[in-house]
Amino acid sequence: MKQYGAFDIIGPRMVGPSSSHTAGAARLAFVAHRIAGYDVRKVRFTLFGSFAKTGKGHGTDRALIGGMLGYAPDDIRIRDAYQHAKEAGMEVEFVYSNTAMPHPNTVRMVATNGRGEVTEVMGESIGGGSIRITEINGLEVELSGDYPTLIVEHIDYPGVISTVTSVLARRFINIAFMRVFRHAKNATAYMIIETDLPVEEEVTDEILLSSTEVTKVFRV
Amino acid sequence: MDFTTGVDLLKICESQGISIAEAMKRREVTVMSGNRDEMVQQMELNLKVMEESILRGMETERSESGLSGGDAEKLLRYSKGDTIAGGAFCEAVAASMAVVEWNAAMGRIVAAPTAGASGILPGVLISVGKQKNISEEKLVDALFTAAGVGMLIALNATVAGADGGCQAETGTGASMAAAALVELMGGTPKMALDAAAMALKNVMGLVCDPVHGLVECPCVKRNAIGAANAMLCADMALSGITSVIPFDEVVTTMASVGRALPSELRETALGGLAVTPTALGNAD
Repeated sequence: MKQYGAFDIIGPRMVGPSSSHTAGAARLAFVAHRIAGYDVRKVRFTLFGSFAKTGKGHGTDRALIGGMLGYAPDDIRIRDAYQHAKEAGMEVEFVYSNTAMPHPNTVRMVATNGRGEVTEVMGESIGGGSIRITEINGLEVELSGDYPTLIVEHIDYPGVISTVTSVLARRFINIAFMRVFRHAKNATAYMIIETDLPVEEEVTDEILLSSTEVTKVFRV
Repeated sequence: MDFTTGVDLLKICESQGISIAEAMKRREVTVMSGNRDEMVQQMELNLKVMEESILRGMETERSESGLSGGDAEKLLRYSKGDTIAGGAFCEAVAASMAVVEWNAAMGRIVAAPTAGASGILPGVLISVGKQKNISEEKLVDALFTAAGVGMLIALNATVAGADGGCQAETGTGASMAAAALVELMGGTPKMALDAAAMALKNVMGLVCDPVHGLVECPCVKRNAIGAANAMLCADMALSGITSVIPFDEVVTTMASVGRALPSELRETALGGLAVTPTALGNAD
């Protein structure tokens, strides 16, 4: 049985009107903006299912833009997200798709950052403002954003995981959940590490330097 | 310390001589491993956002769809004159409507328990608090009372319109608000659960049929009736009236009634008011 706390009932604090179509959308894009390396210059959102059908009336478009600008779901600037995107020089494009997806509230986000790197993130808004990131750069993953999360992009190679986790162990950061996803043996892989405590930037720097096989580290 | 039913909760409150608010705080510390001070601060922040959402809602013009906005302010202005239900009553109802109008206009609100039912609890609590000059600390406590009741409903039934219809959303909001008002006014935990049970019974079977699938019509006015329902049930419980059917049985019944509703009447916008000629835009 799912456990409910006081703030699952009185909360979340959010910009309306809909927890799934507005708050969840903002959260999805917020997580994607971090994975894409924060300074997103160009983004294309492809909306599926109910997001595509009733998203406009629920401000899903503005919520997604706000999230991509780094606004949390309760940031009132979401209301004027188009204006803020313009001022920040972020180019925005929306595609409304008829393709059926496993979950009705699904979005694909293709973001280009200031260094020209392109990141593709797929996610679902699963209700009450909760989300699930299902794909990063074509690789199936699963991450909720409920805990402080580290995403470590690395080359699948023996010993990398223990090197990364030992950095966390030395810093006394407890791992709540951890999963590893890979394209193929010896190819690009991702560690999704959900921790009890937030991870400081110096720790992510240390992880990046800990192994030559580690290529990128994001905090969500 | 944990409780999963109203019966358990009352046992804890009565044996330890504590309120529902206090029981909920203790549970939050044990079950959710919360820190007591932080948790009170979070709730204070929720109260602040609620207050702000009432004020902003009173200035809200029409929403983008044109389906809502401006009605809260109308009722607030009217409440100052010669009303039928009483000025204080109308003012609290207006405050509840204001939050949902502000929500529809992409304002910042606190879900209670959902965005669609976000007006009832802040509307009645903050208005009654203001009218009776009640301290912020007591209002924060009342939010924990409301959270306790909402938690029991979420656990034993549902608070999602897609699962249980509007009874699960504004019914739960009214139930939470009724209990919160009772404790705010010094009523016992038993009275609070009686008020919660009565409020939920009063809207048993209420369907979720949003026009154009948006959280506006009939949601704003269902929050208005939810606020009225909460205040009336709190007054009834405080007068000594009890619920014939106890809280726990009302909650599980709400869940089974929700399951019995056809999917057209559970937030899909495929039935009820959502398919009236006016809603579909083909009225003559």
